[in-house]
Amino acid sequence: MGVLPAKLKTSADFYNFRKKAIDQYECNRCYLAVCGDTGCAALGSGDIREHLREYLRENNLSERIGIKYTGCLGLCERGPVIIVYPQEIFYQKVSPQDIPEIINKTVLGGEIVDRLLYKDPASGEKYVYARDIPFYTKQLRKLLAANWQLDPESIDDYVALEGYSAAVKALTEMTPGEVVEEIGQAGLRGRGGAGFPTAVKWGECLEAGGRKFIICNADEGDPGAFMDRSLLEGNPHSVLEGMIIGGYAVGAAEGIFYIRAEYPSAVEKVKKAVERAEELGLIGEDILGSGFNFQVYISTGAGAFVCGETTALVASMEGRVGEPRQKPPHLIEKGYLNRPTVINNVETLANVPLIIREGAQEYCRTGTERSKGTKVFSLVGKVNNTGLVEVPLGMTLREIIFEIGGGVKEGKEFKAVQTGGPSGGCLPSSLLDLPADYEDLSAAGSMMGSGGMIVMDEDTCMVDVAGYFLRFLSEESCGRCFTCREGIARLLEIIEDISSGRGSMEQLDLLQELAVVIKDSTMCGLGQTAPNPVLSTLKYFADEYRAHILDKRCPAGVCRELVTFKIDEELCTGCGACRKNCPVDAIEGDKNEPHVIDINKCLKCGICLSACRFDAIRKE
Amino acid sequence: MITFTMNGLEVTVEEGTTLLEAARFYGIDIPTLCYNEGLSVYGACRLCLVEIGPPGRSRLYSSCTYLAAEGLIVRTHSERVIRARKMIIELYLALCPSSKTIQDLAARYGITRVRFKPKYEDCLQCGLCVRMCEEQMQAKAISFVGRGVDRRVGTPFDRQSDQCRQCGACMYICPVCQARCQGPQEENPVCGACLNLSPPCLDKHEDVMCYLDPCVACELEGETD
Repeated sequence: MGVLPAKLKTSADFYNFRKKAIDQYECNRCYLAVCGDTGCAALGSGDIREHLREYLRENNLSERIGIKYTGCLGLCERGPVIIVYPQEIFYQKVSPQDIPEIINKTVLGGEIVDRLLYKDPASGEKYVYARDIPFYTKQLRKLLAANWQLDPESIDDYVALEGYSAAVKALTEMTPGEVVEEIGQAGLRGRGGAGFPTAVKWGECLEAGGRKFIICNADEGDPGAFMDRSLLEGNPHSVLEGMIIGGYAVGAAEGIFYIRAEYPSAVEKVKKAVERAEELGLIGEDILGSGFNFQVYISTGAGAFVCGETTALVASMEGRVGEPRQKPPHLIEKGYLNRPTVINNVETLANVPLIIREGAQEYCRTGTERSKGTKVFSLVGKVNNTGLVEVPLGMTLREIIFEIGGGVKEGKEFKAVQTGGPSGGCLPSSLLDLPADYEDLSAAGSMMGSGGMIVMDEDTCMVDVAGYFLRFLSEESCGRCFTCREGIARLLEIIEDISSGRGSMEQLDLLQELAVVIKDSTMCGLGQTAPNPVLSTLKYFADEYRAHILDKRCPAGVCRELVTFKIDEELCTGCGACRKNCPVDAIEGDKNEPHVIDINKCLKCGICLSACRFDAIRKE
Repeated sequence: MITFTMNGLEVTVEEGTTLLEAARFYGIDIPTLCYNEGLSVYGACRLCLVEIGPPGRSRLYSSCTYLAAEGLIVRTHSERVIRARKMIIELYLALCPSSKTIQDLAARYGITRVRFKPKYEDCLQCGLCVRMCEEQMQAKAISFVGRGVDRRVGTPFDRQSDQCRQCGACMYICPVCQARCQGPQEENPVCGACLNLSPPCLDKHEDVMCYLDPCVACELEGETD
């Protein structure tokens, strides 16, 4: 691969290297970007790459047409995705059989393969170019933009796209204090959830003396969230560059990536990125003659959600059980190996090179008064365009869900959106015009979190949703702190009572009272935010709780014990499809006569409902 | 020396003193379950919560882990603290209703009902036994196993541990099995707590006949009949 020279000794060396990298990048403008991130890989993009490589070799085209196995291209719903460069033609749901056609028609012939184009589910319009698709036009892809254009394993690609120029600028032209100052002016806030100003953290660490550490928190564990993974897998060098600048700014000579073990591909990509950067001399002793030494290590988690909490993360790295401890002392005073430590989220670090490169002033033009820059959200759930979206902070939920996300699947009614991972809150449709920024989301009883966004439709029961997240948290709580361990278990117990029709109004009050106490009295962030799903659903969907308790009815028809299946005599044609499919023989009836469900035998599995072609079966 | 405000009083303690130690030194009672002078602090029982910070910007912290710092504003018995503490005791009572330590605590805080289903567990997971075994007995024979709702105290792989000398220190320090309530076992976890019983001897005499605390023996033996 590429033009790896001897170690770069000065910034002049770097700029020479960059010139070569750009030249080489420019002459390879004709290539196919195959999305290699998890979503598309699961749908078979690995196969496509192999077929493509094989096909190009057989036809002696390998020299003329390049392949880049890139990171996430965003529209995971339509994977596997291929973008044909230089025109940026967007092909979706590609299979290996389509390859000859793509090469011969599009790349060599300049024609469009119509059936592989993206069709907007709302308008039915077809789009040829990636830049025209509404999913992308509404976004502001500052961090993710490079995912389309580079091979995550190639440092040449990254350098050709202005990569590492921010690190070089910081190390050779700025003092650590100036870097902190610049980040402060840009108003960068932690993207891991709490939104703490990064410059304040860095400034405090800069003042501390002795051996220091900077750690990248890549223990992304929220169900349905994959922003950090996509950055690490799609553009690992951007995070590494952010860490180098951060290390320089806080005076740490050692940087550590803490990556969850469930992300083997991210670990691999980061490892390669670190090796390449070391080979080039961008990590190591006396980087580019600046006198700054920096080493980078990788540490992997062992599968505990709570290890994303910073004190637990440090405990886990030190080889102890991954349990949080009460702060203070904060990590700036007593962190990894009892030394001053700064922990930043993946996305926070990826923002750093951007700020240094374009300047705080330019960076500040995006976002709101108190929340600057962009945020990557993983838009999932009952939404048409599932995927990774990057938008300016302060964009309304409506714009994100309906304009970028393309609205709710199958034309159903929007019910709620859950932001901020398991400890976030569920916001109703009346709050769709809420700007997605740190303050507004918190004020509404949810939170920014790391950027998970789960869309729910009318078929979702909010009591059931609260129960789902509580179940997750009760298993993922470390269990050390009494209010978290026992409190969440009791919240769940009450929720289960309610969803099975055994709940009382007194229990509803108790639920509220207990949730508030847990929030107030627990040791770490996990417990302090754990009651959010309960509190937000109680606040915005109180009617649903009441329906479960007073009417013994689940309005969405989800809670099994409150639902009965019935066959409409008028609509039933007696075809017998439900009877044949019922696993417990609960349906009886003669041929061509209306059938009946024996509710004593019925398991409420719903198989009959999906088997019926005449909509004769109802949930009540 | 460090000076700070506790419940409106200006107090002075040596550097390195925790808020819990400071409070106890000044005679302010803060309940604890996982704290023991001879062991490292753990901060897990959450009973010793205190409110720190000026009104409006205050937060609850465990006082056993918080070192006294110059100028802190600490409130040990604010409305917010008491509300949390009462709920926590109610949770404890539902978890281990047979613990005398907890029954007494409940009586002291006037907890007269439990709104959760009683679990009759034998372990609060205060971690005293684990720390006792490691720090005082130098054995490390027991530890916490599992996570979240599945967390419990055990030996490695649940086998008899070679490290265990069967010294009994874990049992000695346990707030549940050390002092199991011997009073009547009722359906309701709040048995009225022994402290709530009026001494039966008062039915016959003008004065109590003994100063045993708690008074429950005569009642159980039926001697007053």
